[in-house]
Amino acid sequence: MRDNFLTRTWNWIDNRIGFSDYIVPLMVHLVPDNARWWYIFGSATLCAFVVQVLTGISLAMSYVPGGENTYESLVYITNTAPLGSLVRGMHYYGASAMVMLAVIHMVQVYMHATYKYPREMNWMSGVVLLFVVLGMAFTGQLLRWDANGVWSVTVAAEMAGRTPIIGPTLAHFILGGETVGGSTITRFFAMHVFIMPALIFAGIGLHMLLIMRHGISEMPDVNEPVDPETYKEEYEKRIHKTGVPFWPDAMWRDMIFSTIIVVVILGCSLFLGPPALDPPPNPSSINANPLPDWYFLWYFAVLSLLPPQLETWVILGVPVLGFLGLFFLPMISNKGHRAPSKRPWAGFTVIFGFVAFLVLTIYGYKKPWSPDFGVKELPASIVGTDQGPLAEGAKLMHIKGCLYCHDIGGYGGHRGPELTEIGKLLTRDDLIIRINNGGHNMPAFASSISDQELQLIVDFLLTRGVMHEDNSETTSTP
Amino acid sequence: MNTEQPQSDQPCCQQQQRRTFLTRLSVGLSALIGLIITLPGIGFVLAPVFRKPKQQWRTVGKLEDFKEGGFVLVQYEDPSPVVWSGVTAKAGAWIRRISDSEFIAFSINCRHLGCPVRWVEDPRLFMCPCHGGVYYEDGTVAAGPPPEPLDRLQVRVRDGKVEIETAPTPLTLTKLT
Ligand code: FES
Repeated sequence: MRDNFLTRTWNWIDNRIGFSDYIVPLMVHLVPDNARWWYIFGSATLCAFVVQVLTGISLAMSYVPGGENTYESLVYITNTAPLGSLVRGMHYYGASAMVMLAVIHMVQVYMHATYKYPREMNWMSGVVLLFVVLGMAFTGQLLRWDANGVWSVTVAAEMAGRTPIIGPTLAHFILGGETVGGSTITRFFAMHVFIMPALIFAGIGLHMLLIMRHGISEMPDVNEPVDPETYKEEYEKRIHKTGVPFWPDAMWRDMIFSTIIVVVILGCSLFLGPPALDPPPNPSSINANPLPDWYFLWYFAVLSLLPPQLETWVILGVPVLGFLGLFFLPMISNKGHRAPSKRPWAGFTVIFGFVAFLVLTIYGYKKPWSPDFGVKELPASIVGTDQGPLAEGAKLMHIKGCLYCHDIGGYGGHRGPELTEIGKLLTRDDLIIRINNGGHNMPAFASSISDQELQLIVDFLLTRGVMHEDNSETTSTP
Repeated sequence: MNTEQPQSDQPCCQQQQRRTFLTRLSVGLSALIGLIITLPGIGFVLAPVFRKPKQQWRTVGKLEDFKEGGFVLVQYEDPSPVVWSGVTAKAGAWIRRISDSEFIAFSINCRHLGCPVRWVEDPRLFMCPCHGGVYYEDGTVAAGPPPEPLDRLQVRVRDGKVEIETAPTPLTLTKLT
């Protein structure tokens, strides 16, 4: 009786909304049976997006997008609001997951050359989505409106400011004025919460529509290169012979992987917590150490390592050319082999890209080009003594900031060459000239150092690498 | 979906003209609606780009508070704070008293990509924490990637008070020559 009532109610609803007519055919559309675990990344990206939407809406209930109160609301969400820290953490790790999965999905599609005929637009819409997701990641980092947020937006405005002719207009558009201020964060809030999610929803809609239109591609086969003349017909024939319904024959794999992703996001948030807040967003505070979130560290490293003449062109060129190159990839080659074994350069490109990303990210994290403001004085074990002129020279190395950039025995920054063995390499005159006049990427110290201080420093440096050997000689000679 | 065309008694070209007209009308009106909806919004969003706030003189301390010697950090309010800005409306400068009445001040923004430079007293250098930019005490570049010297700010002394003139965040521009 009850069953009957439920069935009748459902039938009524189904009849009116057309679930069986419109949605069921989409769910059971035929997909190749050989793809198995390769195709789980796209749906997992979508799942991460759902995490972002839900946690984002929750955060927006308490987040105050305006000036100083923004920071206070973040502190409230993190420290006071029930489950606030958990939700903020999930939003943070969800963002990382979404960026990572979107890239993995794209690499998989690239390696299998799924972007070839007739799925060129699937790829193009995916590239647009990827860039919007990166935009979300960047604006999201800024919504964590602390000292790091203020300086990240300043750096972004300065980068945009390098654009010829319209640079200042772009920079002032980003800042919401001529300086960072109360109007800055509200702009990014609108972009992060309204504009970009709307673009992502629209992009996902188009992406899905195209998947339905052209079908899920099969695994690449060396014996079946893509020929636009015959591809569609043959695909239809094959899929009707060997395909399986997406629901439930293929979808369970997506569900298992998505479950893992959601559990990992939750676990990270529970055990690692949301990223710590820096000091408040005061644009006049100099005690900041601006660093982008991990997905942009590689770009940060690139900007530090480039020769200055190239810099502006890379700042502006990497995003634009990167987008255009990826977007138009299917236009360069939309037929022929899909199998990775027949496209070795594709594998090299991915490996090269991955290694470059990894190396640059590590570099960006270590920041060897930055002065190390927190460096400690050289200990007596390194100096060789704790009194007399040598110890004074070593002390001056710290006071005069030499150690910010030069490492001696593991103490000091890495901006300039290591000086642990410098006594073996340079003479007294060389050292004096170098310190007084400066040199490649080193300031001249002539005006900020007295003759006596210079002598003490040089005397100390001349013992580096030399004294150690002397010591060992002394100890080995009875 | 029903996409069948209704039969009509009108002669075919007359009907065709009518359809062309109605298509154009709908497209035209859609464009008009679009303009009416978006233009005020676009103007609103772009306004801060074109509004050039009048720069202001801000007091940063009493004359006797500044001793001759190294640079000190001062904070003041930017020229056009909105009421909810709070601490985000602050701007910073490095200022040094050179003589009795003479001062020199620099914006704290590095000319490479805008990070906040720090004055390091003993070597008498400004250092940037981002990509290793270094400047001498006169603001000229000593090392690293900054393409230009630190931005000078105007300072004056009025009624025993030291004042700095606010300025936009200095941008390093690309000249096409
Ligand atoms: S922002 Fe100062 S060196 Fe790059």
